[in-house]
Amino acid sequence: MKPESVIRVRISDDAAALACGADAVAAAFAAAGCTVERVSSWGMHWLEPLAEIDGEGFGPLTPADVTAVLAGTSDKAIGQIAEHPFIARQQRFTFARAGRTRPLSLDDYAATGGWHGLKRARDLGPEATIAEVTASGLRGRGGAGFPAGIKWTTVAKASGPVKYIVCNADEGDSATFADRMVMEGDPFMLIEGMAIAGHAVGAGKGYIYVRSEYPHAIAKLQSAIALAVPHIAPFEVEVRVGAGAYVCGEETSLLNSLEGKRGEVRAKPPLPALEGLFGKPTVVNNVLTLAAVPWILANGGAAYADVGFGRSRGTMPIQLAGNIQHGGLFEIGFGVTLGELVHTIGGGTASGRAVRAVQVGGPLGAYHPPADFHLPFDYEAFSDANGLIGHAGLTVFDETADMSAQARFAMSFCAAESCGKCTPCRIGSTRGVELIDRIRARSGRAADKVETLPQMHNARKAPRALGDEIQLLEDLCETMKFGSLCALGGFTPYPVLSALKHWPEDFGVAAPEQEAAE
Amino acid sequence: MTDHDELDAILAGHAGREGALLPILHDVQAAFGHVSEESVRRIAQALNLTRAEVHGVVSFYHDFHDAPDPRPVLKLCRAESCQARGVEALAAALPDHPRVKVETVYCLGLCSVGPAAMIGHTVHGRLDAARLGALVESLA
Repeated sequence: MKPESVIRVRISDDAAALACGADAVAAAFAAAGCTVERVSSWGMHWLEPLAEIDGEGFGPLTPADVTAVLAGTSDKAIGQIAEHPFIARQQRFTFARAGRTRPLSLDDYAATGGWHGLKRARDLGPEATIAEVTASGLRGRGGAGFPAGIKWTTVAKASGPVKYIVCNADEGDSATFADRMVMEGDPFMLIEGMAIAGHAVGAGKGYIYVRSEYPHAIAKLQSAIALAVPHIAPFEVEVRVGAGAYVCGEETSLLNSLEGKRGEVRAKPPLPALEGLFGKPTVVNNVLTLAAVPWILANGGAAYADVGFGRSRGTMPIQLAGNIQHGGLFEIGFGVTLGELVHTIGGGTASGRAVRAVQVGGPLGAYHPPADFHLPFDYEAFSDANGLIGHAGLTVFDETADMSAQARFAMSFCAAESCGKCTPCRIGSTRGVELIDRIRARSGRAADKVETLPQMHNARKAPRALGDEIQLLEDLCETMKFGSLCALGGFTPYPVLSALKHWPEDFGVAAPEQEAAE
Repeated sequence: MTDHDELDAILAGHAGREGALLPILHDVQAAFGHVSEESVRRIAQALNLTRAEVHGVVSFYHDFHDAPDPRPVLKLCRAESCQARGVEALAAALPDHPRVKVETVYCLGLCSVGPAAMIGHTVHGRLDAARLGALVESLA
């Protein structure tokens, strides 16, 4: 074995690793005389803190394991990390550097293909740059899946000397952390993507709107921006910090927040592409969308479009979370099935119990039963199954989950986070909580004082039984779905109705509806 | 430096910035622990806004408070992924602490290593009842 002084240990400083005690492990290696390098995370979160020595992985470690690791006797050795099945199966475009580079090292970035995309974009000129993005088939990774090339073309063609690039880094959905991993692990890639976008549409300034719950990402971005200035000039990037409002992940609400206003949703039109930040033409793209751009420019749009499924081209960084054995980040071309993700790749539940439900797409995504595990990961396939991909986060629940409680949570979350601008979301969510509470209590409801007033001709006087309440919940969801201004009120019905449809027994309804679920 | 001077320094630091209100409020909240009525009045004056507009923004965002709370804060994530990993049972078993504020947040982005909590800028994952209890006690 080599003398200890030359042993180079690489440990992630991603927040997920820090939360599992990576700093203490790093300090223990340093105390043992090793050189410790802090790198980005490989995305195998169940193995964090994961240490790498000469390509070999060891995890999950505690400081007490360090002696055994250095002596070569640790039972936490996992072999070559790059050959681990979880890593080897992936197609890493956006996360090509994950685990391999130091986040704030310009040398590491340049040595791994950094700035090639921006250089090629400058050589190609704006129009051909947009043509590459269009040819790649890249769709907005924030959830709506709108083609990035079309958005960029609209902004490029809009008149006016001042335009903006806004990066939506308000990653508030539970089960999603890919944006955070990009910002903490590979911030230069995001900055390069924004500079390419600025070059393509003629914008001189970019804002990254990061949620305040991500202090590590904010710090990394600020350091990275200062270092990147000579590479992206004259384009400028600034970080703005959110203030704890989930709804600011909606693009128009985010723009209001950036302007220093309440994060209320704006009605569309006008499209932000034409009248966005401060009324100027604005590209609003998610972190993962902008982070995919340097790869597309460096390798060509056609190479990106070669991967994928149907109209969903390229790769998706899928986030495996909740009650899952192998949680973490798994980037792969569209088309992988839900069942493969949960069982083959994720290893089933962490608790060892059977899977009951998988929520795909965050708090506004539908709950899917194991009967849906054949679904390919594709925008259209999920939409046809009354669900959505959203930001590609999967939350796995085991059989102890109470699905009517999850439906109630969806409504109460909407009530807590509603911006209040439109009635279906503001009032509907609160009525939804009350309604689900009555359904869960199986209490039914008699007509109240107001309903029995003589002038309330149209109000129902008969008591409502459970069946009536279920019907009412479905009606309420219809109203929210079609009457809300944005996805918060409009998509909250997805988790509620999917829970009701697939697990009626949790709502006190007998099971005949299950036939419809098959 | 008096509070008055400190607020002036914050306002001067953001002079001429586009959409400066949120950055200003973050600084004021960090410096004073809350955004007082007096701060709202002076911020409004500096940005040529009405007090109602500034108050509307302060009250919209969860991060800004109009009254000080001296208790240290533990932010506990109670979103779906942490629910799937058992946070509700932890939260239910956690006794009310007179000197520590346990605040609910929806998502710290640690969804694969939950239940998760954050104190200041320090994150903690894979919490169980004992570790969560110890974290709360460490703040008291």
